[in-house]
Order: sequence, then C-alpha cells, then structure tokens
Amino acid sequence: MKKELEKRTIKGPDGFEFEVDPLTDYYCDLPPTVQTPAYTRIIESFFNWARSESLWILGFGTGCGAIEMRPLMTPRFDAYRYGVQWRPTPRQANLFVISGYLSVKTLKRVIRSYEQMQSPKYVMGLGSCTINGGMYWDSYNTIKRLDDFLPVDLYVAGCMPRPEALLAGFQELKKIIRAGEGEGANEYAKRFEWYKKNQKRTIHDWDMPDYNW
Amino acid sequence: MNFEWIQIPYSLLTLFIVINYGLLLNAFIAKIAARIGRRHGIHLFQNHIDLIKNYSLRTSITHGVMFYLGPVFRLGGGVGLLLFVPTLYGSEMFSNLSFSGDLILALYFVFFGALGMALGAGESGHPHAAIGVSRGLSQMTTAELPFALAVFSVSLQYQTLSITEIVSLQQGGFLNWTLFTNPLAVAAAMLSFLGSMMRPPFDVVLAPQEIPIGPPTEYHSSYLAMMQTNRTIFPIAKIVIYMNLFFGGAASWPVFFLKVFLIYMVSVFVGVVFPRFRVEQSIRWFLIYAVPLGILSILWV
Repeated sequence: MKKELEKRTIKGPDGFEFEVDPLTDYYCDLPPTVQTPAYTRIIESFFNWARSESLWILGFGTGCGAIEMRPLMTPRFDAYRYGVQWRPTPRQANLFVISGYLSVKTLKRVIRSYEQMQSPKYVMGLGSCTINGGMYWDSYNTIKRLDDFLPVDLYVAGCMPRPEALLAGFQELKKIIRAGEGEGANEYAKRFEWYKKNQKRTIHDWDMPDYNW
Repeated sequence: MNFEWIQIPYSLLTLFIVINYGLLLNAFIAKIAARIGRRHGIHLFQNHIDLIKNYSLRTSITHGVMFYLGPVFRLGGGVGLLLFVPTLYGSEMFSNLSFSGDLILALYFVFFGALGMALGAGESGHPHAAIGVSRGLSQMTTAELPFALAVFSVSLQYQTLSITEIVSLQQGGFLNWTLFTNPLAVAAAMLSFLGSMMRPPFDVVLAPQEIPIGPPTEYHSSYLAMMQTNRTIFPIAKIVIYMNLFFGGAASWPVFFLKVFLIYMVSVFVGVVFPRFRVEQSIRWFLIYAVPLGILSILWV
C-alpha cells in the first residue's frame, strides 16, 4: 500500500484537523451491476445501430500496436468515415483497443480506465500478444491472455496487424453490436468475482478499490 | 408582450429546425476541413448518430448536484438565447418569446451557460476541468467586453433596446445594415465573435492536445449529449443575434440559413489561418485591438 493511500489525519490551512481515508473517501467501490436493455426490441436495435455507427475509442495506446492507430486518423486510412473517433477521456469512450502487449504495470491502468467507461462498452484485442502472449509468451512482465482480465469482444490477429486489418475489425465489431451481442460490460458485471481474482493474482501491488467506476 | 399558447409549438419548431441545421452545419464544415486534408471525413449525419448514441448509453455517474445542473444550465442558456431573440424578422411564427428590451436579456444569456458550466465542471473535481474553466471564463470576459460596447453603440444609434426594432430599422437594401451605417461597432463585435466560437486561435479552453478537451473531461452519456445539443444551438443562437443586430436580419429560412452559414464561416476561415493563442495573449489581443474599436464606435455614434 502506498503511503499516500493510507488513512491519516490532516491539518487544514485554518488549523482544523480531520481524518482522511483515501480509498473510501476519494473512490466509490460499489460493484458493477448488470444493465438490462430497458426498451422494446425495436428501440434497442435502433440504439444498437447508433452505438455501432458511433465508435468512440479511448486514446490509450498500451503496446507497440498503438502505432497502427495513428495512420487511421490521417488521410491514408481515415477511419472517421466509418464513424470511428478517438476521445481523450475514458468517460466518453465506448471502445477500448488493447493495442499489443500488456505489461502488468499497464494492466492496472487499463483496468481502471475500463471501469471508468460507461456501459455498453467494448474491448478489442489487437495483435497476437493479446491472444496468447505472442512473441512475449515467456516474458515475466506481460500478461498472456487478455480474456482472463477483461471481457474481449473481438480479436484482430497478427504481429503487427496492418491498419486495414483494424478497419476490418471495426466493421466486424459493428456487426456484433448490431446483433445485440456486444454485452461485454454485463459479462464483466456477472463474472466480476472471477475477473477480480485473475486481476489480483497478477497485480501484486493492488492499491486501489475493487471497482472504481 | 402578449403571450399565446400557440407560441409554444412554434418555439419547439424553431428549436427543431435549428438543432438539425446546426448538426448538419457542423458536419458539413468538418467535411470541408476533411476534404482540404484529402480525407473523406465524417458522414453528413454523423453528429446526429453521435447524439443518439450518447443519449442511449445505459449508465451514468454523478459527482454531485452541480454536476447534474451544469449541462442543464448550459442547455438552458442556449435555448433561452435562441428563443428570446426573433429568429425570422416579420414572422409571427418564429418571433418566439422576443419582447422590447430583449437585447439586455440576450447579453445576460450569452454568459449564463458558461457560468453554469463552470460550476458543474468545477464539481467534477478533475484538474483539467478546473484549468479549462478558469481559462474559459477569463477569456470570455474580455471577449464579451467589445461585444457589449458594440451593443451599446448600436442601441444608441437606433435609440432602442428591442432587437425587432433594430432589425426593422435596417430594412430596405443592404446599405441600411449596421455593417455600413456603423462599421466600427460591427468590427468590434466580429472580433469578439471570434473569441466566443471555440475555434482557433481562441480554443485554448478546450485545447485538445494539452488539457484533453478541458471542462467537459468528466462529462459522459446524457450529460455530454446535452452539452453537444447546446454546442449546436448556442453558436447559431449567437449568430442570430449578430445577424439581427448587424446584418439586417433574415425574413425567410433560406436567407437565414445562408447568412448563418456565412457568418459562421468567418470564424472558420480565421481559425484555419491563425494558430492558437495562449490565454494571456488572447486577453491582451482583445484589450488592445477589440475594446478600443468598441469605444471608438460609441464615440462615433
């Protein structure tokens, strides 16, 4: 546990003393709940269509695959014409592209960012490293299977997959969402205990609440 | 001011037209920018889809009461500004809730949304939001100064505070527009206009590469959707005021669409040519170039 996260007494600027417990005062750790589609089938399909045509990606590159996302924003591949955009904050993003290998240190940030995204949210694994570790299969410091830590909707295999493969992946993800099968957030809520067990087994310096939306 | 119930559906119709026009206008401008960069750019209805998507997200979280009220204030400011100004001159249907002396009220409404946003974003507790808000308010205060001076000048010139009367006094050929009868006031107001459109060189409030999108960092789902709705309504509402005060108003929807588009393009053209100002630079720029013009225009009248 880091020192700044421990419970302590703080003296305010006006001499007033008060107790702070960062983990409970600064975060809410209510576990996630399963969100059911509350509308009729027609409306839900309409919403799913809107969700599929407006994919906002979290601008967070985890591994070397992040380099493949840059050409997508520029004239050569231009992903904007498919309704794909990059957002700088997890609050506004719907799609998390895990771009390549994921070190244990980054995994912690990935989990926090994923939990801050709003449901329904999707995860895309880019590159072989997210499937079985790829060329990092015997590394002491990277995870092998992304599926153990986050609910993955779609993998784009390759080392590295080209931007065209990513574009094809976006189109495939759109089909999944339109079919109403992009329910990764609910899967995460349902099997929350199992995911947390896996995450804590890998991350040894766990110094955050269990769920920090 | 005579109130009649039929004004409510008329106002809703105005809102509906303006929201759709605004979303299409923004997409159209994004498309022009993309074509200049040899891209295809976003779909023409992409903004509509984004809006539906954000309203349809299943979860949202809160940081407190003001976090809820921030977007409400913002949208209230945009809608209020639009509805208290006559959208089409001489149209019973689209004069909405305008009344004599509405010019002062409009000035208030311009600032109203920004203040609500400041309170809401401040409560989100994100440091980028706090930085963005302090930048935004200081820049906006100085940007409003020349506009306020120009408004005083125009109301002195026409001896009235009613926007409808100001428009009616500009009818009969474009040489009767304030643009030609009081060019100094229009110049001061147009410089102020650049500052309030959130486009370069005055977009350091949002500064996408530095403090990722600034005040709305923590906003998501339907909060963000409300703010997006406001982002389409507010610039157009503001342009409607400019159009009425300085460019002779509009008597029909096609003229309205054309004039709003052209006035909007002024800020776009300036934006693609000039790089971004820092806050202290933009404040200095407004005080040195725009405010004296406003004072001169009052003296000139």
